[in-house]
Amino acid sequence: MIEVLRAEKITRILPAEVPIALVRDVSVSIRSGEFVCIQGPSGSGKSSLLYLLGLLDVPTTGKIWLDGVDTSAFGEDQLAQVRLEKLGFVFQFHFLLAEFTVLENVVLPMARLGRWPPNEQRERATAQLADLGLADHLDKRPDQLSGGQRQRVAIARALANEPLVILADEPTGNLDTAASRNVQETLKMTVQAGNRAVVTVTHDPEFARAGDRIIRIVDGRVEDGT
Amino acid sequence: MPLGLRIALTHLIHRRRQTIMSLLGVALGVAFFVAVSSLMRGSEADFIKRLIDSAPHITVSDEFRTPREQPVMTAYPDGAIALHSLKPKTETRGIRGYKQDLAFIANLPGVRVAPVLAGQAILTFAGKEQGITLNGIVPALMAGVSDIDNKIVAGSLDAVAVNPNGIVIGRGLARKLYLNMGDNVSVSAQTGQVRTMKIVGLFETGTTAVDEVQAFALLKRTQALFGRIERANKLIIQLDDPYSARDVSAIIESHVGYRAESWQEAQQSLMSVLLIRNIIMYSVVSAILVVASFGIFNVISTVVLEKRRDVAILKSMGFHARDVRRIFLAQGVVIGVLGSILGIGLGYGLIAALGAVRLQPPGMSEVVNLPVYWGLDQALLAAAFAVLSSAGAAYIPARRAGRVHPVDILRGGMA
Repeated sequence: MIEVLRAEKITRILPAEVPIALVRDVSVSIRSGEFVCIQGPSGSGKSSLLYLLGLLDVPTTGKIWLDGVDTSAFGEDQLAQVRLEKLGFVFQFHFLLAEFTVLENVVLPMARLGRWPPNEQRERATAQLADLGLADHLDKRPDQLSGGQRQRVAIARALANEPLVILADEPTGNLDTAASRNVQETLKMTVQAGNRAVVTVTHDPEFARAGDRIIRIVDGRVEDGT
Repeated sequence: MPLGLRIALTHLIHRRRQTIMSLLGVALGVAFFVAVSSLMRGSEADFIKRLIDSAPHITVSDEFRTPREQPVMTAYPDGAIALHSLKPKTETRGIRGYKQDLAFIANLPGVRVAPVLAGQAILTFAGKEQGITLNGIVPALMAGVSDIDNKIVAGSLDAVAVNPNGIVIGRGLARKLYLNMGDNVSVSAQTGQVRTMKIVGLFETGTTAVDEVQAFALLKRTQALFGRIERANKLIIQLDDPYSARDVSAIIESHVGYRAESWQEAQQSLMSVLLIRNIIMYSVVSAILVVASFGIFNVISTVVLEKRRDVAILKSMGFHARDVRRIFLAQGVVIGVLGSILGIGLGYGLIAALGAVRLQPPGMSEVVNLPVYWGLDQALLAAAFAVLSSAGAAYIPARRAGRVHPVDILRGGMA
């Protein structure tokens, strides 16, 4: 398994009158084909670490390598481009665009990347959604779907540009048990099918047990599982 | 279709009510801009046309722009000379040797010229007296420099050539003194000379001041009446290109020496008024579009606030800040373009309605349609201004959207 994502001694301090340390001196390594869960109490810095690993936020100190490239000197546009090409995100609240259909939501990242012609974008998105059991919902809007279905659309969107790593922030936090199990299996499936890594923040111990590895974080520091 | 435009259109379509209100704001602004501009430019063109048609393009008068230099000044240019109690030589007023000047001017390309001797006279009929301006003319030449021939409603201008005692008067004057064709009137000049003249023509220009005051007679007869033999006090010039009047008048003045005044110079103060009027008009109608652009600013600012979550999602997906900016900027431009198209259609409808309005301006005897201008340039100007102001109004919120930090929104969950 190849290392696809590595953080080395990253610290994130929020500038304020009394500066707040969200993440302190964390080093982690993620390899392709791995399903890694980040666990910890509320406010421990799980999501902050995920945003840093997903290049949505920039560490105050430390470095992050993605696919072997040091991203510490990247500007905002370069980071956006890397996210577009190599990362996919799933959030607790599905965060789909309400005015667009299910199919359009999945096509959007492909259209921005422009790696495939428009017809192929639609074909790929349709196939992706069909794989996740959403073939009958392509032209529906997000508000016409159940919570579990929306989250699967979000996973399909995260997979759209064939990312190296999928980062999920409490993807089942807002779902019932059955839907939660379904999303968990879908994420597991994407790891096995695409040999890509999944890093997910979760409170759910059962979800965490399904992962290959658990990173425990307390007060912004990794206690176990780097 | 570019992705940013696709997203922008989706936003606009899903916020139908606000989009329609913004579109209406721009459309009404553009429509008023086009309609008011059309009315202003139409009236300006009509005014200038009346000015050009009714007045000479150039008038050479029996005056000098600067007093003639005294011979002693020419003889001793560096000398300390003082002249006191200078009295100009008494001579018959008018352009001396006007026939030579006439010949020179007539030889210029695209120029038609006619001599006129104009002066005050009193027309008496049935015990009533009326002051008139009697114009001594050469009918054959006058036809080339004045449209008075087209305003004749009875008789003809040429009749004064056939009947040297003939006079052509305005219908307003005829009504005032109960005069008819063929009536004999008495015309007396300031010199004391009195002639009996026969009415051989009536004209009607529609302008009361002309129709009640101006009269035309043969030049030779007028010269005799005014005691100014071989004199004309005006050379009336019409040009094929009225807008070359300034240049041609300079050439004529440098040759004949007398003051040659172009219509632009004669109406300089009026032209300044027109310019000021245009500045005021464009400021006011542009203000309408600026107000409309404030509406767009408000709408797009609200959209940006409401779509902060969508912006965060797009940025987390890998959309650049400039992609996000373009989405919101495109919304402003789309509103500007569609509003302009709608507004131009509406504006030309308004022009048609205004153009159909008929009225009788004060001082005019004829009923006329409101003068309007149909040119496309005013629509293009309005559209350009509307699109620019819409894009400008969208730019600030679009820039704010581009600066949204996705983590700030994503941390807040459903916020």
